[in-house]
Amino acid sequence: MIKDLWSSLSESLVSLGELVRFLLRLIVNVPRSLVRYDLIVEQVYNAGALSLVIIMLCGLFVGMVLGLQGFQLLQRFGSEDALGTATAIGLVKELGPVITALLFAGRAGTALASEIGLMRATDQLSAMEMMAVDPIQRVVVPRFLGGVIAMPLLAAIFSLIGIFGAQLIGVQIMHVDSGSFWSQMRASVDLVDINEGIVKSLIFGVSCSLIAVYEGYNAVPTAEGVGTATTRTVVLSAVITLFLDYLITAMFL
Amino acid sequence: MAWRRAAPTSPPWKAPPPEARETRESRADEARDLPPNTLNQTSAIVEIRGLNYSVRGRPIFSGLDMDIPRGRVTAVMGPSGTGKTTLLRLITRQVSADSGSVKVAGQQLDSLSRTQLYAMRQRMGMLFQNGALLTDLNVFENVAFPLREHTELPERLIRQLVLTKLQAVGLRGAIDLMPAELSGGMSRRVALARAIVMDPEILIYDEPFVGLDPISLGVILRLIRRLNDALGLTSIVVSHDVQEISTVADVVFLLSGGKVVAQGTPQQLHSYPSEIVRQFMGGLADGPVPFHYPAPDYFHELLDRSGDT
Repeated sequence: MIKDLWSSLSESLVSLGELVRFLLRLIVNVPRSLVRYDLIVEQVYNAGALSLVIIMLCGLFVGMVLGLQGFQLLQRFGSEDALGTATAIGLVKELGPVITALLFAGRAGTALASEIGLMRATDQLSAMEMMAVDPIQRVVVPRFLGGVIAMPLLAAIFSLIGIFGAQLIGVQIMHVDSGSFWSQMRASVDLVDINEGIVKSLIFGVSCSLIAVYEGYNAVPTAEGVGTATTRTVVLSAVITLFLDYLITAMFL
Repeated sequence: MAWRRAAPTSPPWKAPPPEARETRESRADEARDLPPNTLNQTSAIVEIRGLNYSVRGRPIFSGLDMDIPRGRVTAVMGPSGTGKTTLLRLITRQVSADSGSVKVAGQQLDSLSRTQLYAMRQRMGMLFQNGALLTDLNVFENVAFPLREHTELPERLIRQLVLTKLQAVGLRGAIDLMPAELSGGMSRRVALARAIVMDPEILIYDEPFVGLDPISLGVILRLIRRLNDALGLTSIVVSHDVQEISTVADVVFLLSGGKVVAQGTPQQLHSYPSEIVRQFMGGLADGPVPFHYPAPDYFHELLDRSGDT
């Protein structure tokens, strides 16, 4: 039993080490990949623009729920006017980056992992190697950077639409005073709150994109292997996002 | 060690003699009637010495020696699982040998840095079993891919080069198609155009005939021969289609048990005095290569009731 625990712990440590090594390999290749910025732009489009609909839709619903729940709760204390502050801080610091990361893992992360995994399974990566083209530089780094750039943008859009959704419920339906909704929000949301959101979404961007490209690149080159890589991408991204979220929140306190 | 001195002094590129070219065009027998001693060190473009390679403790090659002659079509054959594809990966250093040496065009592969290795790979073209076309690019962009990655050529020149190569494989009309719209044979021909677009010295084919209909197969066979002779390439073909490869290869290596068990022209191999060669060339089910995977005693296993519930 203890032996099993030990072996699984040491296995996890080894995988973590490999993940970090892979990240270093990507970072070393970043300068050379930056020269081909057209590839990165394409990947920002794939990871970012193509995720916009789902991010905006989910942002709207999350904001609407926040508006409803926040209103119910704040009404008990007679402070419905603080609804703007509550939803904005909740979205910008917490829900925006976290839910965006989870949605990103499900939408763009799986697409990245399966795409790279299938390229491996169909020998496309080996073919690039044989054409003296480094697949890390040509395929992996642009996708990784695309994810890292797209994530904060998506999180910002998520928060924006979320606040709009909360306003829709709070101000338009529950008749919270529009002036106090916006002015309280502006007065109490500090730059440090926004910074926390930006830092979180950047770090989630790195972790989710890294996990996706790592799992895809190291996928066993079979149908089953690609499936496993895709599943692992979602599961690992979700766990690591929530774990890192706790760490960063604690650091900002 | 004579083989070490050999290749660097030989010219970097030597086309086959014109008379051999003519005979090959007509597929006459003389072209393939090379006695084994013509595979000497001076004409070898790939030299393998004492190669050992194992996967998870299972030896694939043990002490493999091989000289692949320059300017010829060389077939590497052998039963499934003998490591033919692994050999190609070793020749291109997609994997590294445990011990022994692999020299390509006079350069020791293991001693090359990554940049040097990539420079070496630009002198090679490889056709993968399934073509391995990049699925997000169309036919034109697939063939243009190595040019765009390695050269700064103007678009007009890239277009001309790509069209020339596609014309050579008969698919100039398919430039706008995506890989998913191509048949297996067409994919392989596009991949072949891509493999020759950088004008390599060595062209490597990994099982080029698998799953092809007779027409596509004939097309690929003719292309292997024609490209080899017209472009002055060295072709290495891994295959176990004995009949097909016999019509096109100048030299055949038969691998089994991690070693070369026979080498020579296809004709020589057909009359080779060895049981394993006879089994392979004749397609016999049983022989030195057993039909059955190692298993416990058949009779006892049938009578075994331990699985009953």
